[in-house]
Amino acid sequence: MDMLRNEVRTLNPEEFSETKALDHASQQARARNYQDFLIVDVDSHHYESESYKDVFSYIESPVIRMEAMDSMLRAGRSGFLNSQVGYQSLGGRMTRHARRRHYKAKGERHRDVDMTIEWMDAMGVDYACLFPTPMLFLGLHPQVEIETALCRAYNRWLCERVLAQEPRIVSMLYLPFNDPDWAYRTVRDFGDKKGVVGFMVTSPRYKPVHDNAYVKTYALLEEMGKPLCFHAAYNWDDRGLATTNRFMAVHALGFMWFNMIHMTNWVVNGLPERFPKLKTMWIESGLTWAYCLMQRLDHEYMMRTADCPSLKRRPSEYMREMYFSSQPMEVPQDLSILEATFKMINAETQLVWSSDYPHWDFDLPSVIYDLPFLKDQAKRNILGGNAARLFNLDPKPVKKIP
Amino acid sequence: MPECFVAKASELKDGDRRIVVSGRHEVGVFFKDGNYYAYSNYCVHLGGPACEGILVNKVVDVINADRTYEGQTFTDEVHFACPWHGYEYELKTGECIADRRLKLRKYDVVRRGDDVFVVI
Repeated sequence: MDMLRNEVRTLNPEEFSETKALDHASQQARARNYQDFLIVDVDSHHYESESYKDVFSYIESPVIRMEAMDSMLRAGRSGFLNSQVGYQSLGGRMTRHARRRHYKAKGERHRDVDMTIEWMDAMGVDYACLFPTPMLFLGLHPQVEIETALCRAYNRWLCERVLAQEPRIVSMLYLPFNDPDWAYRTVRDFGDKKGVVGFMVTSPRYKPVHDNAYVKTYALLEEMGKPLCFHAAYNWDDRGLATTNRFMAVHALGFMWFNMIHMTNWVVNGLPERFPKLKTMWIESGLTWAYCLMQRLDHEYMMRTADCPSLKRRPSEYMREMYFSSQPMEVPQDLSILEATFKMINAETQLVWSSDYPHWDFDLPSVIYDLPFLKDQAKRNILGGNAARLFNLDPKPVKKIP
Repeated sequence: MPECFVAKASELKDGDRRIVVSGRHEVGVFFKDGNYYAYSNYCVHLGGPACEGILVNKVVDVINADRTYEGQTFTDEVHFACPWHGYEYELKTGECIADRRLKLRKYDVVRRGDDVFVVI
């Protein structure tokens, strides 16, 4: 129970700590007794761009490494890496994005380790799966070899500087999906590293997931028992999305769009039948897209079975065996609609909670914990149990809520 | 109703605020354009520190008489934005501007001499 406090505070924009910024999240964590059960965040982030100098030093090609290092001297002009137009902070309303530069690291470990553990404890999270931020757009880089080089450098850096330092931080490593051979080598070379619980395809890209070139990678993942996830993002240069003129529009559509395409290709081409033990997870598209796509594909499948003859069941039955991360969880005013969505995706065993912290539309564990239609066991499954089984994590809570 | 000391009035500059914590109450007290406003510091969305974000004027689309779009601008209506996710509230009413049926709990502010108090 919280101690009763009496104080008057001023606001200091020159200070930042995750503990203070998330004080209300800690209040929720204590009030809901999160210390009694496991909470796993399957999708959180750091800003690897703040460590580019260090990351770039891991680039193996001396020529590409030289280009990368040189690009740091001309920030704001044409760069070595691609980017996207975006204004997630909405004119500075989300203040943590600017104020995080005032964060003071505590010790010898990388600053990102300290920051991550601090917000995890504040929220009541035991384990977090950490992903990069600007690299979510790297699949759109015009030079395939740059995606491959940076991916390999980042993965080596992350394994050495972050995952090896802190057992509560895990990751599904970036796959250089535009080069199928390097995607295979990435799984082969990093699959057994400490803290690597799977692999991640950034969804904004234009390679079909059913291409035969990826079969050996899927087979290796299946053999190793490592899940494959598709992490959503947007591409404002996509011809359709380019007609939108506000970030909320490209975000609302873009984060569903690429995962809807990849999921459709995955199912229609019978990959769940060809790789029945390969677990897939669909990240950061919310939940409504799955509810829609299940019905849409089932409807067409019944009339056009010859278009997807590898399937032995309706598309929704395969989708219901996949994993879905919860954030950004759309919460309609009529909760019966959300309850139906949970039923549709078999949430009790297939939904895995995610925060997406520190990004602009992060969720807290309370978005699941406070749902009136879930029983206690279902809440615990979604908040941590399902992910612990998928990632083979110790189910004993280890967090220290402030 | 207990009164909690907020600040000396002479210490508060235009746009200043204080966060007053008293037991289970957490209240944001604003001083803006000669007036005091006090609201619960718990956002109606996910419980973020609603009163700790930036003050920002209302954004509007400028639509011409022929219904074509001209651009965007700010009005005189002042808002504050929850720093967690950007939920915006009107400073004068505490109403959430996205759905004015949602509003923050409002607290009374009283001034005695140079002392400002919020009524919890």
